[in-house]
Amino acid sequence: MRRPMRFATVLPVVAALLAATACSSTPPAAENKTLKIVYQKSDSFTALDTVMQDAKKEFEAANSSVTVNLEPIQANDDDYGTKLALAQRSPDTAPDVFYEDTFKVRSDVDAGYLLKLDSYLEKWDDWSRFNEAAKAAGRADDGGIYAVPLGTDTRAIWYNKAVLQKAGIAVPWQPKTWEDILSTARAIKASDPSVIPFNMYAGKGTGEGTVMQSFYELLYGTDSTLYDEKEKKWVVGSQGFTDSLAFLKTLYDEKLAVSPAEALDANVWKKVFGEWFPQGKLAATVEGSYTPSFWQKGGAYEWAGYEQEMGVAMFPSRNGQEPGGVSMSGGWTLAVGAKSKNAELAFKFLTTALNKKNALAFDVNNSQIAVRTDVAAESSYLSANPFVKDVSELVKVTHYRPATADYPRISTAVQVATESVITGKQSPEDAAAEYDATVRKLVGDGKVLER
Amino acid sequence: MTIRRYLRLLPVVPSVLLLLVFLLAPVAWSFYASFTNAALSGRAARDPQWVGLENYVRMFSDDSFPLAAWLTVVFVAASAVLGQNVLGLLIALLMRRSRKAVSSWVGTAVVAAWILPEIVAAFAAYAYFNRDGTLNQMLALFGGKGPDWLYTFPLVAIILANTWRGTAFSMLVYRAALADVPQDVSEAALMDGAQGWQRLAFITLPLIRSSIATNLMLITLQTLAVFTLIWVMTAGGPANASTTLPVLAYQEAFKFGDIGYGTAVASVLIVLGVVFGAVYVRLLREQKP
Repeated sequence: MRRPMRFATVLPVVAALLAATACSSTPPAAENKTLKIVYQKSDSFTALDTVMQDAKKEFEAANSSVTVNLEPIQANDDDYGTKLALAQRSPDTAPDVFYEDTFKVRSDVDAGYLLKLDSYLEKWDDWSRFNEAAKAAGRADDGGIYAVPLGTDTRAIWYNKAVLQKAGIAVPWQPKTWEDILSTARAIKASDPSVIPFNMYAGKGTGEGTVMQSFYELLYGTDSTLYDEKEKKWVVGSQGFTDSLAFLKTLYDEKLAVSPAEALDANVWKKVFGEWFPQGKLAATVEGSYTPSFWQKGGAYEWAGYEQEMGVAMFPSRNGQEPGGVSMSGGWTLAVGAKSKNAELAFKFLTTALNKKNALAFDVNNSQIAVRTDVAAESSYLSANPFVKDVSELVKVTHYRPATADYPRISTAVQVATESVITGKQSPEDAAAEYDATVRKLVGDGKVLER
Repeated sequence: MTIRRYLRLLPVVPSVLLLLVFLLAPVAWSFYASFTNAALSGRAARDPQWVGLENYVRMFSDDSFPLAAWLTVVFVAASAVLGQNVLGLLIALLMRRSRKAVSSWVGTAVVAAWILPEIVAAFAAYAYFNRDGTLNQMLALFGGKGPDWLYTFPLVAIILANTWRGTAFSMLVYRAALADVPQDVSEAALMDGAQGWQRLAFITLPLIRSSIATNLMLITLQTLAVFTLIWVMTAGGPANASTTLPVLAYQEAFKFGDIGYGTAVASVLIVLGVVFGAVYVRLLREQKP
């Protein structure tokens, strides 16, 4: 009977061990609360980290019994979204306050990840300083507000003046139609074949960048659209979709853009900002209004000459039809976790991180378009870089992504279509047909609109 | 004394429990999730629904699944069964005849690729096959201009990389096996006038059959699960040309947030592994009369 005795003593220990790993940590004592803040940080994106560090100091000074745990996730946009979603699946790992892409807000509200903020916002004086379009960025299908924007952005053509001038093109350059872009690009290629004349992202490698900084500028400049907001249906079978793919095919087939192999590299944008523009190897591309944040002092690819050497132009609609140009807007928000045990405090931290001082610092350092009217009026914001005025004006022609729960998968279907076209796997017609089939499969025949 | 017999099993209970919790439970969960529409976001994340065989039906009507399954088979056959296995055996045979210095140098070089962490090996392979990489730089020295390997021949590149990385294991297994082959049998065959290749085919290989089967089973299962190497080198691209089943499962589950479909792909992979395992185990059993 010796053996069972020994194991009678061992078993409880094992059971205790198992229990310890299975159980959650004990809830923090009332007088010493902690807040978990999750956001994105990368080698080329540290502006938010700086703001969060400042907000932590400010908040802890004002609330001595609270500890703020900053937990930045080092990843690109796509992987950040995945890691955040995984963390939110369990109350033990879910953050109290987190950085959330506007286009995921509705989908994540459906998933029950975000706390409804309406009752908190009522008591926050600064909320009235946010402009109306920005307030809508955090609104879900039920009409409630679930997230507060940090800033917004627009997309434009960025071009290297010296490279254009060398090819005999007058600056400032403003193409009026798609054909203008092609003829200019061909002229640049003819004058110097080593230069990439006009790059537009394509394929799954650049993820959301492929649609936001390339395909949608094309699609929304035709008479078509991705999603009919009135009918709440996805548009399929449109000529505009096929034409947009055909335009990308022309760019890649005539080698006016980078090689397809380079385009599919998820890091191609780093070369755009870090090498090709500063070294005069790229004439023009479509990129976000945050572009100067990479080049300004303290940015990931500091380039003193960008203010003089770079120019910005509106992306034209297909035939120059009204309103003459296209832009896309997105932006990021801060939100409070639905499972937060200290929702009141979490919202208080959110307001600290988004107060005028911190919002101004973020908008300037990350070249964001301000959403707070008091920040937008600050002279340090207006003079942050020479392009603030130009890119802010694009708000007039801008479009927003349909931020429905289905959107992320539809976006991927668009990326797949562009990849098939630039690699020559499918013709624009076939790729568009496959996109239509995928959309029907994803949302069902009842939610598509043949056009 | 049946009680005694059961009590005797008590010491293994903790380890069995741990195995159940940490090994079998994830597999069981994966099978369960593959019958639901579990997702990372959207309504299905809050309240996953049982959807029966929907994910599996979709899998077989989806073009990317048969392609991924085929690429996985090619990848395993070419890089494990042919590449690692044959190359490992060849090196082990040659090492027996070579000088000690040569054999230890070769051994170190081959094993070096194997002891690298997978992520480091993957980056090394990426740097080698990249369009401005080592391979093309070497070709340029001789005036050649190499293609963009990862784009033009993605499958060939990952097969070569996996062969490079995994050959050491087969080499070590075969070195140990060959050391056990009794010298006198081989000498007897030599006396009977057997050629070198005849001694290899009729004496050496039959004697190390069980090592061959064990080795094949281990490297097949390992290669079936290769993910990091492919993800770093090509991320499954271009246009799915190097998307094997583990890459497809990851993309579906974590890129597109469709946990249900991703786990369905993973479940098929598990079944595939079990089938391979069963075949090899049978081979092993048959040769011990």
